[in-house]
Amino acid sequence: MTRCATLTAGAWLGSLLPMALAHAAPAASTTNATKDGPKRVIVAGGALTEIVYALGAQSRVIANDLTSLYPEAASKLPKIGYLRTLSAEGVLSLHPDLLLAGAEAGPPNVLSQIEAAGVPVQHFRHGYTAELVRENIRGVANALKIGDDGTRVAARFTAEWMQVRDTVETRYGIARRPRVLFILGHTGNQVMVAGQDTAADAMLAYAGAENALRGFSGYRALSAEAAVAAQPDVLLTTTTGPSPVDPAASLLAQPGLANTPAGRAGRVVSFDALYLLGFGPRLPQAVADLAKRVHAV
Amino acid sequence: MPGRTAAARRRPPRWIVMTVLVGLLAAAVLAALCGGAYRIAPGEAVGALFRGATGDFVQDQARNVMLQIRLPRIVLGMLVGAGFGAAGAALQALFRNPLADPGLIGVASGAALGAAGVIVLGGVLLPAALAASLGLWMLPVAAFAGALGVTALVYRLAAGRGRLALPLLLLAGIAINAVSGAAIGLLTYLANDTQLRTLTFWTLGSLGGAQWSMLAVIVWPVALGIVALALQCRSLNALLLGEAEALHLGVAVQSVKRRVMIACALCVGALVASSGMIGFIGLIAPHIVRLVVGPDPRAVLPAAALFGAILTLLADLIARTWVAPAELPLGILTALLGAPFFLMLLWQRRGQFGL
Repeated sequence: MTRCATLTAGAWLGSLLPMALAHAAPAASTTNATKDGPKRVIVAGGALTEIVYALGAQSRVIANDLTSLYPEAASKLPKIGYLRTLSAEGVLSLHPDLLLAGAEAGPPNVLSQIEAAGVPVQHFRHGYTAELVRENIRGVANALKIGDDGTRVAARFTAEWMQVRDTVETRYGIARRPRVLFILGHTGNQVMVAGQDTAADAMLAYAGAENALRGFSGYRALSAEAAVAAQPDVLLTTTTGPSPVDPAASLLAQPGLANTPAGRAGRVVSFDALYLLGFGPRLPQAVADLAKRVHAV
Repeated sequence: MPGRTAAARRRPPRWIVMTVLVGLLAAAVLAALCGGAYRIAPGEAVGALFRGATGDFVQDQARNVMLQIRLPRIVLGMLVGAGFGAAGAALQALFRNPLADPGLIGVASGAALGAAGVIVLGGVLLPAALAASLGLWMLPVAAFAGALGVTALVYRLAAGRGRLALPLLLLAGIAINAVSGAAIGLLTYLANDTQLRTLTFWTLGSLGGAQWSMLAVIVWPVALGIVALALQCRSLNALLLGEAEALHLGVAVQSVKRRVMIACALCVGALVASSGMIGFIGLIAPHIVRLVVGPDPRAVLPAAALFGAILTLLADLIARTWVAPAELPLGILTALLGAPFFLMLLWQRRGQFGL
């Protein structure tokens, strides 16, 4: 009996070991950064990936992280995992000559290990403003040594942004600002709603709408009664990929939400999560779309 | 008991078991050195450790990966495995219960509480200057403090008049685990999105944070703990007969209990603080070696330390190569390896429970 157990355990471990070693293979060749700019770039951050595509520099990217879902081609590249739990050896194993690290990328000691191994790491700031998007466009372009493209894309972004701001101001500026409740995730037994210092709060402000719940920062679980008390005119939520459940139906099935002005009128708006909250180069379009949708319903 | 002597006769001599374990550990270290997301030919891997800087970018980067990333990780893996293995063996002997685990006396949940506290409230409660000077150390320091604090509380509840009541210790441990769980739940509720994710990934455990500077600090409490536990082996063996019997054999039962508690808290607290929660090693390593070497803690404890190190190194090797270039949290893998084994043990022990 005991011997049997020992042997079984041995077999159990033994069967896993070759699987692990199967990945150990001879060394790959490395290309160094040249004066034409880095050629083997890894991107950690969905917004940065979008910027790289907007700059037309995607051919230099060899891998990205799990949040890099747009454009579709980006989601098919090799993945280095979730950007908050990067692996130093994993990133280095791809022999990059540059790592573009979004504000959330980490953990910090892994980033410093990667830098210590001779791979430059370009850090980006955290924030939810159009200025930051412009700054990131310039930052990515400079890191890739395509500053001219950066200037061009940043200028186009600025032009689009000014136009969207004008449109929102002229079209919806005088109207009453609709009270919008942003809801993160619409399954489970409690809704998570956005307060201040969130991408959703910033987007609502840009779109000329009012966040129905202020006075706390980040995302919070909200009770049904508090949802009713917030009196939102519109419910805003996000989807990730094609969902089998209609977000409007599942939100309105929640106790409380159905009894809000928005719920009674069935005013539910949903967007792709990365599009709405990504703060990438698509920000102007996202703000325009959001404004149109929350003011129309 | 004829059955017992027959079992003893079937047992290989201890020195053979130890030699085999040391050999396996050496093989595991070698495998861990050669395997990894960063591809280095096995011959190159060991060579890179002893080669100086060459000035060649590719070779120097390989050397950096070996020296600064892989090697500290292997050392931490060995410490984690050995520490949890030894602590598990000692606690199972102390409680005379094969299901005892370092988590039982509140060390792990105390560490988790400390870590959760600093992740969620660190920015609010700690003066910015202190937080800045602690930097990356803030999390391990808080986790270690939490581990020691909670263990001290459990100990205080179960000790009095120079005695330590083990059943009370167990119950206090369970109650404190529940309280810590609730407090962590409350902190989870208060946490913002970023903090929540940090907390989740810390809880899953990883050796990815291994650095020489950190190892230089935690090696002391861990080594001290393991040595202190090893020194109690003879007394723990006598304790297996029962407390009264051990007392008659001249064992200072109460001080043995106290020393085992403190040593476990020291060593497991430091380990959980540096690597997060890595479950099941402390539970299954002593179990597996007990099947081979028998119940004597003098054999089980060192063998469990060695075997724990082997298990951790292999689990970590899988964790960092399976989904490369990404990485699996180690805590998931140790549970994945350990839990089925544990269930099998339970199945075998059904007889003991009258089934």
